[in-house]
Amino acid sequence: MEKRVTFGRWTIGILFAVPQLLLIFTFFYWPAGQAVYWSLTLQQPWGGGNIWVGLDNFRSILANADYWNSITASMIFAGISTGLAMVIALVLAALTDRQLAGSWLYRVVLIWPYGIAAPALALAFRFILAPEAGFMAVVNRVWPGFWDPGLDGADAMASIIIAFSWKYVGYNFIFFLAAFQAIPRSLIEAAAMDGSGVLRRFWDIQFPLITPTIFFLLVINITESFQDSFGIVDIMTAGGPANATNLMVYKIYSDGFKGLDYSGAAAQSIILMLLIVALTIVQFRFIERRVHYR
Amino acid sequence: MASITIRGVKKNYAKTQVVHGVDLDFASGEFVVILGPSGCGKSTLLRMIAGLEEISDGTIAIDGTVVNKLEPRERGCAMVFQNYALYPHMSVAQNIGYSLKVAGVPPAERAQRVQAVARVLELEHLLDRKPMALSGGQRQRVAMGRAMIREPKVFLFDEPLSNLDAKLRVQMRSEIRKLHRRLNATSVFVTHDQVEAMTLADRLVVMNGGRVEQVGTPAEVYSRPASRFVATFVGAPAMNMLEGTVTLDGLSLLGGNRKLNVSRTGLPVGAKVAAGIRPEAVRMVAPGAPGALAATVDLIEELGAGRVIYVDLDGAPFSIVTSETVHPEPGSTIGLQFAETDLHFFSSKTGARLDVFKASVPEPAL
Repeated sequence: MEKRVTFGRWTIGILFAVPQLLLIFTFFYWPAGQAVYWSLTLQQPWGGGNIWVGLDNFRSILANADYWNSITASMIFAGISTGLAMVIALVLAALTDRQLAGSWLYRVVLIWPYGIAAPALALAFRFILAPEAGFMAVVNRVWPGFWDPGLDGADAMASIIIAFSWKYVGYNFIFFLAAFQAIPRSLIEAAAMDGSGVLRRFWDIQFPLITPTIFFLLVINITESFQDSFGIVDIMTAGGPANATNLMVYKIYSDGFKGLDYSGAAAQSIILMLLIVALTIVQFRFIERRVHYR
Repeated sequence: MASITIRGVKKNYAKTQVVHGVDLDFASGEFVVILGPSGCGKSTLLRMIAGLEEISDGTIAIDGTVVNKLEPRERGCAMVFQNYALYPHMSVAQNIGYSLKVAGVPPAERAQRVQAVARVLELEHLLDRKPMALSGGQRQRVAMGRAMIREPKVFLFDEPLSNLDAKLRVQMRSEIRKLHRRLNATSVFVTHDQVEAMTLADRLVVMNGGRVEQVGTPAEVYSRPASRFVATFVGAPAMNMLEGTVTLDGLSLLGGNRKLNVSRTGLPVGAKVAAGIRPEAVRMVAPGAPGALAATVDLIEELGAGRVIYVDLDGAPFSIVTSETVHPEPGSTIGLQFAETDLHFFSSKTGARLDVFKASVPEPAL
């Protein structure tokens, strides 16, 4: 029998729920509602009233090649950075779980990057990946013109992907390591007795048993790569060169606060929200089926 | 089928040594039980045979081949784990067939062999289930099936029955015994449960503190325990131990309060010894009977077929198992009598058995 706390009167239950409801309303539903409202109107840049325009904002955005370019860039960024951050973290966690020499070192060190604010780490990577000094300058000396994120859009995209992945490797690593350590040692030993080698055990036993964690991280990483990328883009490339790294979240900021197109930015943020919701639904519908919950 | 030869095997974890040089020989097809309290190194020894622990020193050979450096899969052993260690994401059939899949056995043959094993273990109707949906006894059988299907040279059991309830444990015990008779593979079974050990073993290895105390058939270990530890660990209730000093005509017990007449101890006068007597070998007589030790009754445990009477012998605890229907009142005085030949002597200093009746003819009761 499940134990349940029941309240004599429904009003007491509501009272307990009120603080949480207020928070959610104030910081999510109200701003989201405002954004929906703005996206359907034309806001004047210097304030003073607005005009109802229906879906015109959406029509004009979706007809704009720059916006489609931004969606493509965001998708590429999300796909590659999530893939990199997850695969690297998975390999590191699997090695750490095997208690190889030096594993205690990564366990401590790999947690730090997630604690660093995006702009701070972006600034660091801006120096690290600078074409005119440091390591990349040496590479450029050997192959002149090999690396120039200031001019080459692909190089700029690579820079922000590296910076973002670096931050999320640490985050993913913690979850993967916890998932690996939750697998009873005797399962691995039983597989070893059954004749399974290290790699085979990884694919047949460990990998299926950490699929709930992989799924969770996939959802979080994709969502965050759409949202948490702002600070990195702003410091490292400011969307350039030639809009090559103008991700959706950065375009909302630059159109809204630099271009003073509040209504267009609001419509873009609604599209971004719907896109993330849709991606999450797809993941739950099609990927979760392959997850083994214990 | 394979013989196992263990020579001078030691195990260290960092600076602590947990197994201090073990030498054992297991014959082909033998069912050996390693018995000992927790922390005695019995599981570690088993895991070294399996290849799950590195051997710090000495050698282990299976069928004459030293396996120290071989991977578990190259040793031809199968193991049943205490918590079963079934793969939770695989069905029963997949669990049992996993080793064949790894070995690259074609699916058709694999399915056929899984069926055959499932039939022996009465698991045929459960093959599609996940381990989560099985009872403890069923999981245990799947774990056995997973070990059996490989037709291993050696079966290793790491306390496989300790997670089962009492009734199921007795049932699985006889199933394991039957299975062994049928497969006749060399089996090493680790347990801390002496009833399990006595009933299953062809040969018993008693371990304590990382050392082997005694090797022998269950009957030998029971009737001639090699050390004080074995004497008190095997048998329930435990063997009674009385500390004493050898005198000219026998033993002076309990700081000189009691005397026990023993003929020809063969021990030097003044030697400190512990005299052991099994509760089953003690008879209850009238307190004044000649040669009887008087004791005060503390507690009676009714077992149905018999009873255990706990008495107090001048502050020393002592127990008797009797099948007579007597019910002495707690607090009353009774007499204890036993045959001299039923006494076991152990050195007070080393705990080693002192064989004092080797040349003597069994004596009549005192």
